[in-house]
Amino acid sequence: MKTWVTPGGVHPPENKHQSVSLPIGTLPIPDKLLIPLSQHIGAPAKPTVEIGKKVLKGQIIAEANGTVSVSMHAPTSGTITAIEHRPIAHSSGMLAPCIEITSDGRDKWKKHEGIADYKHASPNTLLKAVAKAGIAGMGGAGFPSAVKLNPGRQRPIHTLIVNATECEPYITADDSAIRERAAEVIEGIGILSQILGHPGNIMIGIEDNKPEAIAALEPHVVDTGISVVSFPTKYPSGGEKQLIYILTGEEIPSGELPADIGMVCVNIGTTYAVKRAIVDGEPLISRVTTMTGDACGINRNYETLIGTSVSHMLAHSEFKDEACSRLVMGGPMMGFSLTSADVPIVKTTNCILAPSYEEIPEDNPVQPCIRCGMCAEACPVSLLPQQLFWHSQAQDHERLEAHNLFDCIECGACSYVCPSNIPLVQYYRNSKGEIKKARAEKVKSDLARQRFEFHQQRMEQAEKDKETKRAARREAAEKAQAASGAKAGAGSAADIIAAAQARAAAKKVSPEQQQAKFERSIAGAEMRVQMAEEKLAEADSSQTDEQKNILNAAVEASKQKLEQAEARLAEHIAEHGSQEQNKDKSGERVD
Amino acid sequence: MIEAIAQQPILAALVALVGLGILFGGLLGFAAEKFKVEGDPIVEQLDELLPQTQCGQCGFPGCRPYAESIANGDAINKCPPGGQATINAIANLLDVPAPALDAEHGEEADAKTVAYIREDECIGCTKCIQACPVDAILGAAKLMHTVIADECTGCDLCVEPCPVDCIDMLPVEEGIKEWHWPAPAIPADLIASDRRASA
Repeated sequence: MKTWVTPGGVHPPENKHQSVSLPIGTLPIPDKLLIPLSQHIGAPAKPTVEIGKKVLKGQIIAEANGTVSVSMHAPTSGTITAIEHRPIAHSSGMLAPCIEITSDGRDKWKKHEGIADYKHASPNTLLKAVAKAGIAGMGGAGFPSAVKLNPGRQRPIHTLIVNATECEPYITADDSAIRERAAEVIEGIGILSQILGHPGNIMIGIEDNKPEAIAALEPHVVDTGISVVSFPTKYPSGGEKQLIYILTGEEIPSGELPADIGMVCVNIGTTYAVKRAIVDGEPLISRVTTMTGDACGINRNYETLIGTSVSHMLAHSEFKDEACSRLVMGGPMMGFSLTSADVPIVKTTNCILAPSYEEIPEDNPVQPCIRCGMCAEACPVSLLPQQLFWHSQAQDHERLEAHNLFDCIECGACSYVCPSNIPLVQYYRNSKGEIKKARAEKVKSDLARQRFEFHQQRMEQAEKDKETKRAARREAAEKAQAASGAKAGAGSAADIIAAAQARAAAKKVSPEQQQAKFERSIAGAEMRVQMAEEKLAEADSSQTDEQKNILNAAVEASKQKLEQAEARLAEHIAEHGSQEQNKDKSGERVD
Repeated sequence: MIEAIAQQPILAALVALVGLGILFGGLLGFAAEKFKVEGDPIVEQLDELLPQTQCGQCGFPGCRPYAESIANGDAINKCPPGGQATINAIANLLDVPAPALDAEHGEEADAKTVAYIREDECIGCTKCIQACPVDAILGAAKLMHTVIADECTGCDLCVEPCPVDCIDMLPVEEGIKEWHWPAPAIPADLIASDRRASA
């Protein structure tokens, strides 16, 4: 069968033989299993159990939260002992919500059975069963399989590609699974084909470095319409877009999915999980994981329960801590170093690599880029890694996007060939993160702008409303005044003035009263003058001159006051005229 | 008349040039009217670059007024929430040198913050609601208020009006979802002569 050749690529030492000499083994059930709620792409699952609850093997412990999410099941029977944040296998080394199960050692299954007559079941029934089993893509990305297998009516699928490439060095999980379980794998592919409405073209893509696996598959695909396509080994052929190009010669446009061109690509481990789910009714609670590296005495594949800690695996593999240069989850090209061995195996963990210092030495010192161009030759996506490197250093997001940074599959081929040991992929990952962050911030700031503008508009509107209300009130008041004025007629203004004048006059003291007041004060003054004169007359004989002077002064003062009072009265009479009952008292006055 | 013009090459050239001038003048005039740009596009671009916290630390009541002021020649380094990144972006847009942040308007914060109301202490005075430039506080008179964290820009404006000081500015927590790879460490000098020079 014709195959196409992708650009670039590298040929790192394969190191696959170490772990396939032994068949797939099993590990003793660990005492504690830790199941992270987010092992996949999409929303974390929602716990459905409480601490202290007893669960059976295969029982659901967390359900899918939304469409793009998967549920989690108990990998063994036991008790839920914790639901909290724990370290998980993530390059950040951060904590994430997990469910801890303490095993009771009985490993007792809950009652389960497959769909007996699945060959006649509707695709919908099968899809539901796949979703219920909590299957996420097992190749590494962990995309919920039920979502991938349901691309919708508007995207009919004509090609199903099963990815058995396993191009990364050291990893043999798929290889050994095919060798031992070829029949079940093919049955799984049959189910997938049924779900997708029997696409006309079903291919298993496999590199030619796995002749045993190809030989195991071939007898089972006879008369099934499935073709096993082998092609020359090259890293990275196992990327979804790369494999589709190799097998069909078609390229998936940037930013689109295989389903957009009528294709679906699934990992071969996923097909096995689908078979278990449909035929046997078993959810995804274990997977094949490669335990390899020179720091381990035993290199082999294990059927590992999800949630088993890496340290548990190491303990049963004759692990020599002092010989190990680092612990890697995944392969040497795309995997990431673990900061602790206490993290659990998840649905996407295909390999634990414990290399010796000879196998993967410490990173060589980084040297400046010499513009040799080897990275550009190695890039399987035909990008310009060194340009991306410069722009990443300069944080020039615009140019990074113009150079299609987001088409980078982070395969690490450029870093592998770089003679200056520049960690190119880490630059790209960092820049991708920065750009995504900037985009998220842009969305947020746009929202803030929109809300601010709306706020401003609302305030202006409120001010305007107030203004119109005020104007309306003013107008109404004016109208009311005008109306009342018209009712009383034009003469009313003069009446009001007259009334006001009358009120003011009433407040004033009348001239008669004023005159009487003055007369009273004159009478008082006369009395005081008389008394002063009497005192003076008495004192004449007996008193000294000094005392006489004082009395004389008092008489004078009294007389003066009397004169003042008379003057005021005279003034008043001149002004208002003498009132009728007024007797002129000036005649009786004593001078 | 055409014949007369044709016989006078100078006149013919003159007529041709004047004709072309009128024609293209008309075209340009038409285009200027037809494709007229509404508003000042530079203000839009500046507003896009500003962080939209609407915090007013620049001395303007919001990001857009500051953008307008920059377009009219104001300094570009008055935005602490945007920090040096925003200054650089604006400098790039306007093609001017990028100054350092003007410390008079505040310092660039290390982490993004979000307002948090200690709800049992809130007396329901609505003062913070009135202060919020993006309507991110929910509540009513004499009822407890709360901040819609997703809408909060971390502008700080609600903290000061609170009569019972029950609003805290908390750093936004970064979970595993927000995490991304850090930039690789910059390599030390490898060349022996460089090391000697720096030592």
